[in-house]
Amino acid sequence: MKTLLFALALTTALTIPALAIAKPVTLTANMKQYGGDGAYLALYVTDANGTYKGSLWMAGGKSKYYEHLSDWYRATGGNTAEINGITGASVGAGRQLKITLDLADALFDAGYELHIDASVEDMRDSPSEVVVPLTTTGAGQPAAGRRYIRDFTYDM
Amino acid sequence: MLRALHKFPGLFATLLIVVMTLSGAVLSVLPTLEAVQAPSQLDSSLTIATLADRIAITYPGVEQIRRAPSGQITAFYFEAGQPGAVIIDPATGEGVANYEPSAFQRWITNLHRSLFLDDAGRLTAAAGAASLLVLSISGLMLTARRVGGWRRFFSRLRGPLMGRLHVEVARVTVVGLLLSSATALFMTASTFELLPQGSVVAFPSQVSGQTGATPGIMALLRDTPVDTLRELTFPYPNDPTDAFLLKTDSGEGYLDQGTGEVLIWADAGAWQRVNETIYMLHTGQGMAWLGVILGLMALGAPFMAITGVILWVHARRARPRIKGNFAAIQADTILLVGSEGGSTWGFAATLHDALTQAGHKVHASPMSQFSPHRYSLAERVIVLAATYGEGTAPASAKGFLDRLAALPKAPDMTLAVLGFGDSKFSEFCAYAGDVTRMAEEKGWVQMLPMATIDRQSPQEFARWGRDLGRALGQPLELSHSPAIPRSQALTLISRRDYGAEMQTPAAILRFAIPKVGLWARLAGRALGRFSPGDLLGIVPEGSHVPRFYSLASGREDGFVEICVSRHPGGLCSGQLLDMGIGDNVRGFIRHNPDFRPVRGHKPVILIGAGTGIGPLAGFARTNHSGRPMHLYFGTRHPDSDLFYETEIREWHEEGRLASVATAFSRTSGRAYVQDALRADADHIAKLINEGAQILVCGGRNMAVGVTDALTDILAPAGLTPAALKAERRYVEDTY
Repeated sequence: MKTLLFALALTTALTIPALAIAKPVTLTANMKQYGGDGAYLALYVTDANGTYKGSLWMAGGKSKYYEHLSDWYRATGGNTAEINGITGASVGAGRQLKITLDLADALFDAGYELHIDASVEDMRDSPSEVVVPLTTTGAGQPAAGRRYIRDFTYDM
Repeated sequence: MLRALHKFPGLFATLLIVVMTLSGAVLSVLPTLEAVQAPSQLDSSLTIATLADRIAITYPGVEQIRRAPSGQITAFYFEAGQPGAVIIDPATGEGVANYEPSAFQRWITNLHRSLFLDDAGRLTAAAGAASLLVLSISGLMLTARRVGGWRRFFSRLRGPLMGRLHVEVARVTVVGLLLSSATALFMTASTFELLPQGSVVAFPSQVSGQTGATPGIMALLRDTPVDTLRELTFPYPNDPTDAFLLKTDSGEGYLDQGTGEVLIWADAGAWQRVNETIYMLHTGQGMAWLGVILGLMALGAPFMAITGVILWVHARRARPRIKGNFAAIQADTILLVGSEGGSTWGFAATLHDALTQAGHKVHASPMSQFSPHRYSLAERVIVLAATYGEGTAPASAKGFLDRLAALPKAPDMTLAVLGFGDSKFSEFCAYAGDVTRMAEEKGWVQMLPMATIDRQSPQEFARWGRDLGRALGQPLELSHSPAIPRSQALTLISRRDYGAEMQTPAAILRFAIPKVGLWARLAGRALGRFSPGDLLGIVPEGSHVPRFYSLASGREDGFVEICVSRHPGGLCSGQLLDMGIGDNVRGFIRHNPDFRPVRGHKPVILIGAGTGIGPLAGFARTNHSGRPMHLYFGTRHPDSDLFYETEIREWHEEGRLASVATAFSRTSGRAYVQDALRADADHIAKLINEGAQILVCGGRNMAVGVTDALTDILAPAGLTPAALKAERRYVEDTY
């Protein structure tokens, strides 16, 4: 379980200085028993058009494997500056990733989407394994992943 | 230094290396298994376009097609919201089996590369690989030193079995271990991003925005054979901004899903190719045959770990702790020890003990620590020097000659040099000889001429001790027993006496093989295996120095037989010849693998005199295949000491001996065995031309006479006994 006080400074895209009001948000991903090694997960936010806005978390420490998180990689060019200080361990099958971040209120109910790219060694890459709109009503509603993530929830 | 570099990583990393290499050996067969199981692609002209179209018909929701280096093609697809993965038969594009990565393979892979400990485990595994690399390199150099140079790297090995096995397996497997350990370190460095990574091609800035092109119409896919495919990723359904991603052996790029045009392409860089090649060399993926070879070679490592540890334990046991060692500046006698395996230290300890009891203050140290300026009270320096391999300095003597050469003048104390070696080697005690020569050049006064000890002979050592005692003016008794193996009680079951007429009593003594239980055998408390030509060590009462007798029987004969004559004043031979049936004596086996007929069908010439007939008779007795063995046997008188007379006649009749020639020195003929050889010169020359091996057993004088005779016999053919010795076709067992 990971807890992190997210100090709003992650990227300019996610902080709107005039409305710099934030609240702690807990992101929880429960992994399936997919029968493989620890999964790399990239959690990031796009706008309604799918344009990358910023990264929230990277589970997995070796940047040589980031290319397999292909949507995230395509959006960022694999730039590790995007995930400086918000990187943790990969998440094993059947395990849980839980992180708490301070997210700007302006990210909610404004058409932003949270994406999770997943990849597992020797298994199929799964870009945008989870895509959920960030809304206040959507909080606490589990969303199923396509391959590796049993369910994902964000709680405010 | 080299030996320490081989020893310490070996001991520390033994367990780790055993785990890594065993798991590696298991992994090594997987690429072959995968290649065998993959549906074969018969049509080598099959293009990616055709394959992708075939698959897309069967699996409309296909997302990605991958080709493993083994040729196995896998399709990943989405159907009714469920992801699927199948192994594809390229001929039809249909799935033959669900693709499920093997849990066993994953388990063993994780054990192999990280011991299930993630990064800490990866570093530990890398340390194991580094140890293996250091061991391989230092082992290579040690082997080269042992056999006398790189050019003789694959020459025949000599010495005890365990050491030979260790080096024999090493010589065969070291290539694989070097390759596997070096590539492992490279891959670890790559994983930890210590090496530059190949760059990934960027997504094209512009796509056509159209959709609908199938792989079948794309020119690049139609031109690219499936053999070079790595993966083809389809665009997301209903996303016109996406594109096809193609990765092949030559590079990677994006293709437009509307026009089928190549949007961007990047050839694989040189560095990426290096990375991939190293990955292939390590895993065998894409080179399954190499994987199997490397896996087999990897199995050598656990074997060498075990034999290496056994060798180390043996060497440690053989090296006694020296009690009461004085500091160099206080000592009147300095013992300098040049030892490779540690056995010379055993002699040094015995000498140290005897000198200390005689009232001397003795300092013992390795020759490499020779520092005469510290020997302020020393009156004498005694050098005990073994020789390593073909005449080089042993491990603990490194740098001694340089230090001696650098001295401005010879030290004031006197010097004695004792060489240890094996006279079977052509460079017998060569290093001790070098030391003596340089000391003479320096004008260093020697209190004793240089002496040599052959094959750790306690008798020779005791004799030298008496000489040293005379030089010191005090009696010195050196009774050294070089690590006597546990001995067994042997019961005499028969004896045949000879030589009484000539006042030289001798006998063929036959002992029963002691019966022991399984446990005792496992615990090493049994006589063990033995063959004719091996040695029976007998520990006489009143001494702990064993005497050695060549065996005239093998274990398969069911008895232990030796041929002994009484030496004037001989303690052991006297006791043996006084034994009655049912009496016991303690004995053990010392293997002597060089003194026996080499395998094959080539002729064997057996030459012996007196009790030297023992092992030769044993060879004839066990010659069941009727190999041509020619015996030349010299003795005193046919009525007195013609050992094995009846058997030799029988063996000749049965064909176990092709010919028998005898020579009698106390008859009117007065012939020695060398005379019998000369009389048969043409026959012997012919046999040697046919590749015959010569085995000589008997006293030293006889051996010299035989060598002289053979020198003359071989000269017309341009051969010498020395040349045959070098080929191991001329072996002696003399006493």
